[in-house]
Amino acid sequence: MGYKILKKEELIPGQTTMMVIEAPQVALKAKPGNFVMLRVSSHGERIPLTIADCDREKGTITIVYLVVGKTTAEMNTLSEGGEFLDVCGPLGRPTHIEKSGTVVCVGGGTGIAAMHHIAKGHVEAGNRVIAIIGARSKNLLLFCSELSSFCPEVRIATDDGSEGHKGFVTEVLQDILETEDEVAEVVAIGPVPMMEAVCRVTLPFQVKTTVSLNSIMVDGIGMCGACRCTVGGKTLFACVDGPEFDGHKVDFAELKTRLWQFKEQEEESMELFSKECQCHGR
Amino acid sequence: MADKKKKKIRSRTPMPHQDPMVRGGNFDEVALGYSREQALIEAERCLQCKKPTCQDGCPVNIDIKSFIGCIVDDDLQGAFDTIRRTNSLPAVCGRVCPQENQCEGSCVLGKKHEPVAIGRLERYVADTYAARSACEEVTDLSTCALEREDIKVACIGSGPSSLTVAGYLAGRGIKVDVFEALHEPGGVLLYGIPEFRLPKAVVARELDGLRKLGVTFRTNWVGGKTITVRDMFEQGYAAVFIGVGAGLPRFLNVSGENLVGVFSANEYLTRVNLGRAYDFPNYDTPAYKARRVAVIGAGNVAMDAARTALRMGAKEVSIVYRRSEDEMPARREEIQHAVEEGVKIRCLCGPLSFHGDNQGRIKAMTVQKMALGEPDDSGRCSPVCLEGETEQITCDMAVIAVGTRPNPILLEATPQLALNKWGYVEADPETGETSIPNVFAGGDIVTGAATVISAMGAGRRAAKAIADRLL
Repeated sequence: MGYKILKKEELIPGQTTMMVIEAPQVALKAKPGNFVMLRVSSHGERIPLTIADCDREKGTITIVYLVVGKTTAEMNTLSEGGEFLDVCGPLGRPTHIEKSGTVVCVGGGTGIAAMHHIAKGHVEAGNRVIAIIGARSKNLLLFCSELSSFCPEVRIATDDGSEGHKGFVTEVLQDILETEDEVAEVVAIGPVPMMEAVCRVTLPFQVKTTVSLNSIMVDGIGMCGACRCTVGGKTLFACVDGPEFDGHKVDFAELKTRLWQFKEQEEESMELFSKECQCHGR
Repeated sequence: MADKKKKKIRSRTPMPHQDPMVRGGNFDEVALGYSREQALIEAERCLQCKKPTCQDGCPVNIDIKSFIGCIVDDDLQGAFDTIRRTNSLPAVCGRVCPQENQCEGSCVLGKKHEPVAIGRLERYVADTYAARSACEEVTDLSTCALEREDIKVACIGSGPSSLTVAGYLAGRGIKVDVFEALHEPGGVLLYGIPEFRLPKAVVARELDGLRKLGVTFRTNWVGGKTITVRDMFEQGYAAVFIGVGAGLPRFLNVSGENLVGVFSANEYLTRVNLGRAYDFPNYDTPAYKARRVAVIGAGNVAMDAARTALRMGAKEVSIVYRRSEDEMPARREEIQHAVEEGVKIRCLCGPLSFHGDNQGRIKAMTVQKMALGEPDDSGRCSPVCLEGETEQITCDMAVIAVGTRPNPILLEATPQLALNKWGYVEADPETGETSIPNVFAGGDIVTGAATVISAMGAGRRAAKAIADRLL
């Protein structure tokens, strides 16, 4: 009945994990930018995760997640051959991809995985893609080889300088925008402060900047409005109007506040789960 | 007849309820249901009119006179069969239909006395029938096998309209697959109507009944995303029924509406009902913790949200409504239950803005005081602002229950589907057929937010039209 985990790889042990899940009906329709809602077990919470890759022939989708709370911690206890109870999708509007010239794709943290799917789409559409990925240190960089396999221009930024530019992705982006003749679009996916910083960099250059919002969602299909955000002064739903929006119009401060809505309960859940794990020796 | 006229009309048999002081602290069902004795006494009040008017008041046209006659004769099977002939969800309808505007509103007795409690009797029949031994139930099944497995029909959404289509068509021997976007079937019966008004076990029982008729439920299938209408025809479905509900919550467009602690009723109820947040942390989905809750709106959904907030531990819950109590769209019974449980009603208050603390959490709302003016298009007195008269209401949570608008997912994926000027699906009022041949629609996605039974009525009309075409 469930959705089988065909492959599980801890990209950064205890922190970031990649899974390949059997979900043929989702894989068949998935496009870059789409997400899925998934649920581990009958007592679990529905959570949204961006589709990082899909394989129609094999009927699989790939997800990459950061362990931040109970659900993702519980996901880490599942192993290859195990199952998710529910996987629903593909949801959200896919990335708008057309032949437009040079596209700079910026990814940070687990956002690199989602960005990689979008970058692939742009390459397939015939665009020149410059990818910028960043992390604190070299060993925390995700999806580097996957990106390099189809994108010849991958720039790296690390906080400690262990690989590529020493500093932030925004500095690499600034440099590209100053030297490249024409950049048609910048796509940024990653932690909210990173996306916000990218938008600040691109604004003076008046380059179209697309960000993907990771709002809290309950159903993921437009029914509840938990994921509402202010874009250009209007309230929109990340699940059905997004998740991608014009970054120059997004109210990031509101987004950050809304992401903490259930902090107390999330901590309570996590604490309880950690205790249970200790009891079971996991 | 002469005898009957002289007979004194008994007053309506009251419904036993859980004590208001107790039930505010639990999610158990509020109305407990008639006993056999109570049902008999109530059924005997029915005049068995030669030309009954009640039946016309029922959107699915139940033969009310006959089923009540069966109760009087202690023929439970007959009563159940009579109801099921036109209604596939009697245990649900007996609980949530606004009978006062429908069958009971048309009951002859109601002209001078109180009408027969038709809804309560319907619930009695459905519940008592379902409680019979499993063995008896199995022996009944042979009458209804899938005769026409070569013909299959797809329903998108698994709320009341789709379930009615599925029940009717399966009864006629057609294979029906129901595609549901969420992880459990039932639609609004599951995520919207709370446990204390419609227990999930009752919905599960009705769904099981449909499964026994050969209906298949496919959860996590989003119509328009996972599967489109075109895919369905390519996969051999002979007809498609769209019953996706209205869906998208409306907000007020006032400042502070996106503060932490401001929720749509849909979100609040979905977290508690579908996500079982009332049993957090045993279930992972959390609900917001609040002491003072303002619910904006006065329909049934607003009452559900207010009564849920009380049960979730709020100390003070108010309904904030811009008209007066007479204009409230909720059923009288629901308002009465809410008030009994301690919900405060603040009428003639229109929300102006929400205010937050320095962490972006709601701490109060400002309302505009209103007076009643002339009747508007809806026939209800319209609220008029009393210039300069505002009031602050302290609250740490606000729930907005002011209606819904069409969910765009399926509609955007099906551009050939003609919509009306409000953005809902245009469907033939007789057959439910849309602008796409063999695609039918019914329920809230056609009418905008309405009742369970009107969605079922639309489902029934569409199902008949589909059966007439395919068989």
